[in-house]
Amino acid sequence: MSASAVAASAAITPENREREVSLTAPAKDHAPRVFSRDPADFPVPTGREEEWRFTPLRRFARLLEGAPATERLEWTSETPIGVVIDVLAADDPALLGLPLPVDRLSALAVANADGAVRVTIPEDAGTEPVVLRLHGDSADALAWGHLVIDVRPFAQATVVLEHTGSAHYGEHLSVVVGDGATLRLVHLQTWDADAIHAAHVSVRVGRDATFRSFQASLGGSAVRVLETVDYSGPGGDAELLGIFFSKAGQHLEHRMLVDHAVPHCRSNVLYKGALTGDPEAGEDGIARSVWIGDVLIRAAAVGTETYELNRNLLLSSATRADSVPNLEIETGEIVGAGHASATGRFDDEQLFYLQARGIPADIATRLVVRGFFAEVITRLGLPEWERLLQDRIDTELGFEASGDHDDTEAGE
Amino acid sequence: MATLEIRDLHVSVEADGGAREILRGVDLTVRSGETHAIMGPNGSGKSTLAYSIAGHPKYTITSGTVTLDGADVLAMTVDERARAGLFLAMQYPVEVPGVSVSNFLRTSVTAIRGEAPKLRTWVKEMKTAMEGLAMDPSFSERNVNEGFSGGEKKRHEILQMELLQPKFAILDETDSGLDVDALKVVSEGVNRVASSGTVGTLLITHYTRILRYIKPDFVHVFVDGRVVAQGGPELADELEANGYDVYVKAAAGS
Repeated sequence: MSASAVAASAAITPENREREVSLTAPAKDHAPRVFSRDPADFPVPTGREEEWRFTPLRRFARLLEGAPATERLEWTSETPIGVVIDVLAADDPALLGLPLPVDRLSALAVANADGAVRVTIPEDAGTEPVVLRLHGDSADALAWGHLVIDVRPFAQATVVLEHTGSAHYGEHLSVVVGDGATLRLVHLQTWDADAIHAAHVSVRVGRDATFRSFQASLGGSAVRVLETVDYSGPGGDAELLGIFFSKAGQHLEHRMLVDHAVPHCRSNVLYKGALTGDPEAGEDGIARSVWIGDVLIRAAAVGTETYELNRNLLLSSATRADSVPNLEIETGEIVGAGHASATGRFDDEQLFYLQARGIPADIATRLVVRGFFAEVITRLGLPEWERLLQDRIDTELGFEASGDHDDTEAGE
Repeated sequence: MATLEIRDLHVSVEADGGAREILRGVDLTVRSGETHAIMGPNGSGKSTLAYSIAGHPKYTITSGTVTLDGADVLAMTVDERARAGLFLAMQYPVEVPGVSVSNFLRTSVTAIRGEAPKLRTWVKEMKTAMEGLAMDPSFSERNVNEGFSGGEKKRHEILQMELLQPKFAILDETDSGLDVDALKVVSEGVNRVASSGTVGTLLITHYTRILRYIKPDFVHVFVDGRVVAQGGPELADELEANGYDVYVKAAAGS
């Protein structure tokens, strides 16, 4: 199968001109119609629905069946002083005010998790990162989790949530960023090759609050992450960053819906993906990625400023990257709104050019991939985790994680 | 003193209806310190010669040899050829998104020299070379060839030549698309490298214009995949006056 790239762009800029960019008609009304904690309110998807048509339903079949958990993921945490972790029962009233699930998998995660683990970060807590590590022992295990991150007003918090090992895991992550607070959230899918992971990260950004998120999907057989953002007061600022690296047989899907229903809020989305499949392995060798960026500006959301961008880099012909930005605007009284998407190939001519300058082929590939991701990774602002991600990407490329981070220095 | 020797080189490309022979027995010897101009009409195979020496996968060597001080260049990978001391300044340099000029140059220099240059001396070295080519310092932060004007691409190629200090530099139509000012700047860069006496230069061009600024020691007329005439700088003057017609007709009649 040949590579294909589906992309749309508000404007063909000089940067994405001459690449594989095609325009798709904007889809109508991407706003969810159903908000519910009851899985029965969401029919089992057939694959024809707009929100499921890119998802390999067979691989998610076990999660979509929605049987109760067979196991829990192992859980370890590092917390700075003042941060409280507690367990909420399913009927705890604290769970009622949270953003609701918008699809079957997120509703199943909430229902089957049977309560939630809550991380509360008060204003006077220490500012070191809260690190939560979730680990599964086997892809045979079926696990559900509901995690609540409650950042109290005016708190400054960093939370790193890392997934390793393997499992079938359905996750619902509720995030509330209180008024005037700042949360930096790092959500890592560094699974083993056979994990199946569906996540819904639902975020409510308070008045004058700041939310910065960084998603990294590097491992797993099939990963589908849905991020939804809404605002509970004016002045909210959300930045959604992400990287993914898809290899032969992998399906990595990132969907986001930013719902501007409140005046004077801002959102910015930047996602970069690299794909390298195995052209010798037929259908099984195809590396797959999906990026869907929906932004809604409702009539009341005057003064909104939003931009979203997805770039994908194809490293072989056995790749398929779908990229669909979608912007719906119901008011003209905004500061700005835009989106762009470009999917390009690391081709033989680029390789020849770099090799003709003495650079061996494998180093050339690493140079191009590192350069490609650097723009996003350096915005993480956590050097230790930046190095971990860079090492992990090197490993995905078939390099020993050398700890050689000299290349980026030369760019300064 | 190094020697690049091309002997009876035959090269073909895959085209509709099978392989098409483009080079039909090229003989050429270039030594350190010499500047050779290869001049010929469009489609004569000049660029094919350049890319074949550099090792572009599109071209198939069907017979002949290319050696650098006796070493078999044709047996080397593209990057091995560059590390052996060959440099090709391309007519159409390729965009490499996401890779800054400074990162690219440092990676390249590290590969060619066999060790990473010290950061402090490297920054100075790069800055000096860029100043010599009238390039703005912000240039180093841009992505390789992305959004470069024609003149910027050519300056960037010559910048690499200055930093990599090859034994042999092949300049493929470096003059094309340059206005007079840019042509002067680029030519000065080439002359700076040549003045070291350690580089042999193969200047491939369609026009004699660049030869006002870069003085060749030898001129070869290239028609229909081979060298049909050679001489000193005076041959370029004759081509300027009379064009390639007489050589094209002679080749067609042979």
